[in-house]
Amino acid sequence: MLEAIDVSLVNWSRAQFALTAMYHWIFVPLTLGISFIVAFMETIYVKTGNPEWKKITKFWMTLFGINFAIGVATGIILEFEFGTNWSNYSWFVGDIFGAPLAIEGILAFFMESTFIAIMFFGWKKVSKKVHLAATWLTAIGANLSALWILVANAWMQSPVGMQFNPETARNEMVSFWEVLFSPMAVEKFLHTTSSGFVLAAIFVIGISAWFILKKREIVFARKSIAVAAVFGFLSSIYVIFTGDSSARTIATHQPMKFAAFEGLYNGSERAGLIALGIMSTTDTDESNQNLMDFNMKLEIPNILSYMAYMDWNAFVPGINDLIDGNEKYGIMSAHEKIERGKTAILKLKEFKEAKEAGNTELAESIKAEFQTKDFQENYFKYFGYGYITDPHVLIPSVPLSFYSFHIMVFLGMYFILFFFLSFLFVIRGKLEKHRKFLKLAIWTIPLAYIASQCGWIVAEVGRQPWVIQDLMPTMAAVTKISTSAVQVTFWLFAAIFTVLLIAEVKIMMRQIKIGPKVKEEGGHN
Amino acid sequence: MFENLSHLALQQYWWVIVSLLGALFVFLTFVQGGQTLIYTIGKNDTERSLLVNTLGRKWEFTFTTLVTFGGAFFASFPLFYATSFGGAYWVWMAILFFFIIQAVSYEYRKKPANFLGAKTYEVFLILNGAFATILVGTAVGTFFNGAMFSLNEMNNVQWETPFRGLEAVLTFHNVALGLAVFFLARVLGALYFINSVDDANIYERSKKQLLYNAIPFLVFFLYFLIALLLKDGFAVDPATGTVSMESFKYLHNLLAMPLVTIILLVGVVGVLWGIGATLLKGSESGIWFAGGGTVLVVWMLLLVAGFNNTAFYPSIADLQSSLTIQNASSSHFTLTAMSYVSLFVPFVLAYIWWVWKAMNSKKIDAEEIGEDSHSY
Repeated sequence: MLEAIDVSLVNWSRAQFALTAMYHWIFVPLTLGISFIVAFMETIYVKTGNPEWKKITKFWMTLFGINFAIGVATGIILEFEFGTNWSNYSWFVGDIFGAPLAIEGILAFFMESTFIAIMFFGWKKVSKKVHLAATWLTAIGANLSALWILVANAWMQSPVGMQFNPETARNEMVSFWEVLFSPMAVEKFLHTTSSGFVLAAIFVIGISAWFILKKREIVFARKSIAVAAVFGFLSSIYVIFTGDSSARTIATHQPMKFAAFEGLYNGSERAGLIALGIMSTTDTDESNQNLMDFNMKLEIPNILSYMAYMDWNAFVPGINDLIDGNEKYGIMSAHEKIERGKTAILKLKEFKEAKEAGNTELAESIKAEFQTKDFQENYFKYFGYGYITDPHVLIPSVPLSFYSFHIMVFLGMYFILFFFLSFLFVIRGKLEKHRKFLKLAIWTIPLAYIASQCGWIVAEVGRQPWVIQDLMPTMAAVTKISTSAVQVTFWLFAAIFTVLLIAEVKIMMRQIKIGPKVKEEGGHN
Repeated sequence: MFENLSHLALQQYWWVIVSLLGALFVFLTFVQGGQTLIYTIGKNDTERSLLVNTLGRKWEFTFTTLVTFGGAFFASFPLFYATSFGGAYWVWMAILFFFIIQAVSYEYRKKPANFLGAKTYEVFLILNGAFATILVGTAVGTFFNGAMFSLNEMNNVQWETPFRGLEAVLTFHNVALGLAVFFLARVLGALYFINSVDDANIYERSKKQLLYNAIPFLVFFLYFLIALLLKDGFAVDPATGTVSMESFKYLHNLLAMPLVTIILLVGVVGVLWGIGATLLKGSESGIWFAGGGTVLVVWMLLLVAGFNNTAFYPSIADLQSSLTIQNASSSHFTLTAMSYVSLFVPFVLAYIWWVWKAMNSKKIDAEEIGEDSHSY
């Protein structure tokens, strides 16, 4: 059924997808957030009629356009890579995953791409209010497109609303609303988009701080910071809440990911949260992993139990519990799951063989058994484990997950303080006096990007080896193609994206240096 | 409403929609065609900027239509998505590559410190215009001529040549379609310039290019169409799903579906009318006739590929692995859910139409570009 899998092919395909996704994710958060910031600014312009606000809107709109173009360029690859590099996956989930993707195209992309034309070129062609509506619709369209792709991604992390059809050998959707409103989907959307708002707000504050340091465009910079600080502060508070509820959902649906980003090898009741830790670089001793996993850690008792299950005394399973099983807490071992997965795969094979041989009676009886509740819950639920030979491949990169998660959380906390101070200084009119803070604001821009990329790593690396949690491992999803072909396209995309990134950064920096145009152009005032 | 339709009816409904999206995409390749003409029609920097700017306000439509076409195909016919994209790897990767370089070119071309220089982005636009159209057209040709794949019992694709889709160029019928799309895109591009740019020199040169490109377009398109009507096609037995070769299959399809044939002919007349009225009567609205005609022709050709018990993505390596709208589609539930979403399409088309009208109510001229804060 699944012939010898070329591990190097899987890894190169993963690397290629990671490369394109991470490049794409450099540009998307800024688009999501700055589109709203621009909409806020234009709303103030329309309300007040103050041309200064129009100047401000146009400046940030220009930066939005530069960033948007490269976001689009990197995004198209991702959609088609599902087919080119993960064709087995495409068929296995196309019935579910395709729907959000198509809705994204029909409802969101067209809205975004249609109204963006008015936003950029319609200043003199439509009324003030229509232009403002176009700006808002562009922002809504951009964020709606994020909704659908995140719904699809959330389904991969926590598959719901589907039933496996042995006839077609794929999952088929049985409840669209369950897919759309699964807790994972809702939290993923809210957390991801609001983190984009945070990044964009930091971007606006950082660049405005540069203008103040250079003693240029002071009014422009103050007004920009005021809008961004409020938006950023509210968004960053929201990010904390959505992150917290996301963590609980992950603890329930993806306990291995949860254990990995908490660096929890051995589970315990009243588990403590590692606030700060340095992981050991020494090879882990499998007989006593818990002693080897940290060189140093600062642990806050009971917090992890509460974070995961809203219960100070709850048992939180660690990596070893999930691999070896823990009878006391009813956790099945990976070996047992593998056996059950193999049974499910074997059953599917028997069904296919019976169909092939024309033995309709046998095929129908196997199909009926396949779809019983008992088989679904006790065997099919572990379908993907049937492809796994070594249970240790079920452990994602712990250091990468742990550090990414902690960097993201620390920076998230810092951003709240940063926005608060930005707002405080701007309303007191004392921004210019705090030159160190202004310098810090510029350096906070890369930190926002680091936090954003860490979030992606936590979500995607943390769920490995699953492309669909428990149902399909990455190695079973890959297109059977020569490794060299993937290597060629990997380096090709790496080269072109890097060149385009350099181009984007240079253009962006020059545009910032030029600053907002002093001379007001015609159009509606 | 849609729940009560049979699975086959939903599959047909979605084949109609996906085909329409494909047809709209081909119409919108006027952007690509126009890009290949920026040096031929634009003789100085101002003229080139006029051309790039008028195209630049529409490029996102082509891009979005392509993405939506991909998404809709994924949703409605996921086995095609998995088979063609996973199998014909090099073709699709090449197509994607030529679309990546387009997206940034408009925005970055004239921006200060653009690192690669304006010329590089113009070359990107020309490469996108030429290769994307030829490759897409050639790839669509495999809908009629088949591709080298087989599927196993789990519907996993196996490509039977190491060229992973590039072998499509060995079939001249595919290439003829690719070249027809390329020259059609240039025809539409020239017509769009005539319609949207207020410049006498550009008007004259566009008219000349219209003639130069209409001739090869007609040669390749007529070759493709006549060869299609005469060739063997991939027939499907509706009872067993068995695929077999049938002489004059596509001619039979047209005869069996007279409405499709009539619309196809109306489309051909529309394209010819758009070209003829511009060349002979100096009409400036030829793009709408030729564009509308293009949509109808491509739409009907794709219906001919998939309807009347025909395999829309035939396998020449293993005939029984061929994809039909029945065996490649999503489930009844998914198609039903998607069908409700499709009810938004007229609304989407309406606001696109309104925005287009608002933005193109006055022809673009050098003055407008000069004073606009955001130009390409």
